[in-house]
Amino acid sequence: MEVNNSSVEHLPQLSKRFGHLRKITERPGPFCHANFSASPENLEFLSTTCKILIIGAGGLGCELLKDVALMGFNDIHVIDMDTIELSNLNRQFLFRKNDIGFSKAERAAAFINARVPTCHVTPHFCKIQDYGEEFYRQFHIIICGLDSVVARRWINGMVLSLVKYDDDGSIEQESVIPIIDGGTEGFKGNARIIIPGLSACIDCTLDLFPPQVTYPLCTLANTPRLPEHCIEYVRVIQWEKENPFKAPLDGDDPQHILWIYEKSLERASQFNISGLSYRLVQGVIKHIIPAVASTNAVIAAACATEAFKVATNCYEFLNNYMVFNDGDGIYTYTYAAERKPDCLACSNIPRSVSIEDPNTTTLEDLIKQLCEDQEFQMKSPGLTTLIDGKSKTLYMSTVKSIEERTKCNLTCSLGELGLKDGQEIMVADPTTPNTIIIKLKYNTNEVEMK
Amino acid sequence: MIKLFSLKQQKKDGDTNSKSGPQKKASAAQLRIQRDINELNLPKTCTTDFPDPDDLLNFKLIICPDEGFYKGGRFVFNFRVGPNYPHEPPKVKCETQVYHPNIDLEGNVCLNILREDWKPVLTINSIVYGLQYLFLEPNPEDPLNKEAADVLQSNRRLFEHNVAKAMRGNYIGSTFFERCLK
Ligand SMILES: [Zn+2]
Repeated sequence: MEVNNSSVEHLPQLSKRFGHLRKITERPGPFCHANFSASPENLEFLSTTCKILIIGAGGLGCELLKDVALMGFNDIHVIDMDTIELSNLNRQFLFRKNDIGFSKAERAAAFINARVPTCHVTPHFCKIQDYGEEFYRQFHIIICGLDSVVARRWINGMVLSLVKYDDDGSIEQESVIPIIDGGTEGFKGNARIIIPGLSACIDCTLDLFPPQVTYPLCTLANTPRLPEHCIEYVRVIQWEKENPFKAPLDGDDPQHILWIYEKSLERASQFNISGLSYRLVQGVIKHIIPAVASTNAVIAAACATEAFKVATNCYEFLNNYMVFNDGDGIYTYTYAAERKPDCLACSNIPRSVSIEDPNTTTLEDLIKQLCEDQEFQMKSPGLTTLIDGKSKTLYMSTVKSIEERTKCNLTCSLGELGLKDGQEIMVADPTTPNTIIIKLKYNTNEVEMK
Repeated sequence: MIKLFSLKQQKKDGDTNSKSGPQKKASAAQLRIQRDINELNLPKTCTTDFPDPDDLLNFKLIICPDEGFYKGGRFVFNFRVGPNYPHEPPKVKCETQVYHPNIDLEGNVCLNILREDWKPVLTINSIVYGLQYLFLEPNPEDPLNKEAADVLQSNRRLFEHNVAKAMRGNYIGSTFFERCLK
């Protein structure tokens, strides 16, 4: 898709529309950040260079798009795999009734592009996992308005994998893409900034995400007391047993929900349990907590403001986690979530292992090196790698069925195994609490591929 | 605070149009399961089977109890580890039909750490030990197979007899159990 470069010509119009932003970005002040230099270049950077990605075009996403578009960001991308449903319309205000059934990303982009002509939003109607590093690398800032832990962890891992390190292990700053993550749940919400490799990441703070509510299986099977127990029973046990649509359960398919509703109702009446409704079924199956539009607005505003601060350097940005709750009065506080020194996602800086000649060094030699090297001193390392995005187990001595089928790799040279210069190998060993990553560094450039 | 990007800086090599790039980094779930698998410390009654050694996320655990009601039997459990591991527990199903108070005929297993008591510090090894324990001490208090639980509670000798009969391949009541002797 062609990116709109005409924004510069709109600058006169821009200067009026963005009068308030200019006051902030073109004047120095006592509270400004030390790195800040007041200049028209700040807004120009936002409107001509800065590329921002918004993940999710739902409740938070609509707010975020509106906010960043009105705060001077012009090159905006939005990605969302969902289509618009009737029940979205109360809060996802970029959509109208005749948008139902269409892509959220596409309709949201069209709305903003029509409403804010200086702004160009590029929609991506797909899953975040459909794109690779090449796509995510192009952005200066990524803002997430997601409702799933899996998706958050995925984008967290992606952005962390873009971080480059010098040979002495320090971060190359240009490779860092800040993530601004918003989340809401009813009257509660949070906004946070993750500077990948430098501040706490999603995986560092996984404990903050409440685990999904689960009930003991035997309660579901024998002593249900709540309508939720009946729904979970039908979902976990009956669906698998009867497989009514010969397909995995899809929470967005009304037929599936209806089937679960009817079966749960039968079960509820069998156990004299009341309070079961279609909505409750939907809620339990899709883990929906009723969305509150004003919470979305508050959290999105905080995220957009942080994006603005990060992009212009005008003020210190959030450090680094803001909690908001307006369920009972209004309560908010900010704290610095801490990095976990053993975080699997962000504390795993690849360690270089230098290899004299990949054509003569065998996998067995490499393992020996890991066991004998002062730096590693491993005992029984298990090695895997990724080849063309696919996981490959190179060798693992501790599991018999794997050992038998991978021992043939031991006598192969690294070149024969398809391992390239710079290849990352994941190594698990009883001597380290976590799997570590090593990076092969070949001293000869020529690799004879078999 | 670091200054993240200078104003003039243009992002270099982004490519919007390519649905691209194989993944180059292992996910946190993959790193964690690799450690779990490498450090599996199985009791002598258990073995694992990885149908595809490159796929550490899907495997089978085979338990052959050497004491208790189920001595002499061979029970296969299927493990599926999802992308959200260890935030969420693996999905575990019993593939062998078994007459057991805590395992139903579809292979669902009632083990607290597989659902409500799962914590990310637990490992595959914890689950292995939990499953092994189910065969040593079937628990009639938390039944999934209510008939089996009732028999265990009211008549241990009959329960023992039923288990042995089921493992040889027989009907218990109206349910047929396939032979699963070692
Ligand atoms: Zn981390």
